[in-house]
Amino acid sequence: MRKIAKPLVLPDTAAYWQAADSGRLLVKRCTRCGEHHHYPRDICPFCLSEHTEWCEAAGTATVYSYSTMGQGEAAYTLAYVTLDEGPTMLTNLVDGSHWCIGQRVRVVFAPSDGGPAVPMFTAI
Amino acid sequence: MTLNGSAAIAGVYEHPTRKADQLSVLRLHADVACGALADAGLSKDDIDGYFCAGDAPGLGTATVAEYLGLRLRHVDSTECGGSAPILHVAHAAAAIAAGRCNVALITLAGRPRAAMAEAQARAQAAAAGAGGKPARPALALKAPDPDAPELAFELPYGPATQNLYAMVARRHMHEFGTTSEQLAWIKVAASHHAQHNPNAMLRQLVTVDDVLASPMVSDPLHKLDCCVMSDGGGALIVTRPEIAKSLGRPLVMVRGTGEALKHAMGGHIDLSYSAAAWSGPRAFAEAGITPAQIQYASLYDSFTITVLMQLEDLGFCAKGEGGRFVADGNLISGVGRLPFNTDGGGLCNNHPANRGGVTKVIEAVRQLRGQAHPAVQVKDCRWALASGIGGALASRHTAATLILERL
Repeated sequence: MRKIAKPLVLPDTAAYWQAADSGRLLVKRCTRCGEHHHYPRDICPFCLSEHTEWCEAAGTATVYSYSTMGQGEAAYTLAYVTLDEGPTMLTNLVDGSHWCIGQRVRVVFAPSDGGPAVPMFTAI
Repeated sequence: MTLNGSAAIAGVYEHPTRKADQLSVLRLHADVACGALADAGLSKDDIDGYFCAGDAPGLGTATVAEYLGLRLRHVDSTECGGSAPILHVAHAAAAIAAGRCNVALITLAGRPRAAMAEAQARAQAAAAGAGGKPARPALALKAPDPDAPELAFELPYGPATQNLYAMVARRHMHEFGTTSEQLAWIKVAASHHAQHNPNAMLRQLVTVDDVLASPMVSDPLHKLDCCVMSDGGGALIVTRPEIAKSLGRPLVMVRGTGEALKHAMGGHIDLSYSAAAWSGPRAFAEAGITPAQIQYASLYDSFTITVLMQLEDLGFCAKGEGGRFVADGNLISGVGRLPFNTDGGGLCNNHPANRGGVTKVIEAVRQLRGQAHPAVQVKDCRWALASGIGGALASRHTAATLILERL
């Protein structure tokens, strides 16, 4: 199995990783322009407002693209999935081997190597 | 201010090595600098501007300038990955137009292949000492920057260059019906050109079937969809047109320049286009010509999909038509409509320091001067384009487009 690199937790993303570690996926939303964004930051990348808030995501998404690299047990699937809230995030597709673009997936959480759990996605 | 006509490329040099066992990174930078100066017919003391990117060690511009004993009044270390030297040509032209320098040197060099072999040898020696099995050394990449906030949301998922580009290929196939066979034609064309280049790493002619039969690296990209890993480098001399004219060599003028940066846009990911869709039109507008007038194109070829994306984004064909455009040898010099990468490109010839930008400009200049290999030389080549994508197509990258004319 591939070791999941421990994510570096910074002050403006601590809440995201704390939630992930307890099995919840958060997404940032700007209360000024209303846009969701990912990766999360304090300042909205669309309007530069500081008025951003954490929302709990539904945890469901659609596969945008993916690629499986490596052979046998070392194989893993990198993917972009589009959250129902709007943003597309980089992730892994896990517990399956036949994926397709447009497929519906849901979030699961995988332990990282000495850090918080990391959101990944699996078939619904 | 337009950069059209503000500068000329007076000297180019590509290092012949592809594995620099006994050469340091700085020695490679120095070798290519000397080569380009000799090609231009200029001397070290003529250089008053110097440009390099992240492949230069130490303090970059200062480290290389000290090694070479340069006296400079303009420096630029804009780092944008492999497209940097193409962008540096535009920055040099702007500096020349602004009176900041007269003769600009641009270098790119590195030895990732030799460094990898050295790391492997060290790991084997350590394992022999410990009586265990040798560990496989990691790719010689810089340690992740702890201040880059996006990395926490990427590194846990194992992004490698290959799978990031593979996701772009997969999406292109989904949206436009592009096939692996069509992508393979890009490699086939590159191999047709590389067979004539004695310095190319891969000189063997390959077929579409060879590409499809090569191991799958990251689905849907096969091994032969990927560029080589090589050592070496290249250098360019950019100067005032009146200085270039005095050197008695074919005059290669800077006509159009464009740069653009695309990133993950807060999660608004769209892999159907690259930043070349923005840099290309700027360059064509400045040059005052259309893609149909380009007779030779150097297109960044980290992977076959990278070439396909630039062909569409630069306007050589409509969006989604890239697969049909590259099929049946349309990129092969003397055969197809748009000869590309006649040195064999990154796919077959050289991708020094894991950066393909400088070789793109060098081969474009060779074509314009009529100095490409006779088997791949475009007849009476007046207009050429060099395009680079630095970074990763699927996440963040900087595109640079350069249009050159031979007078």
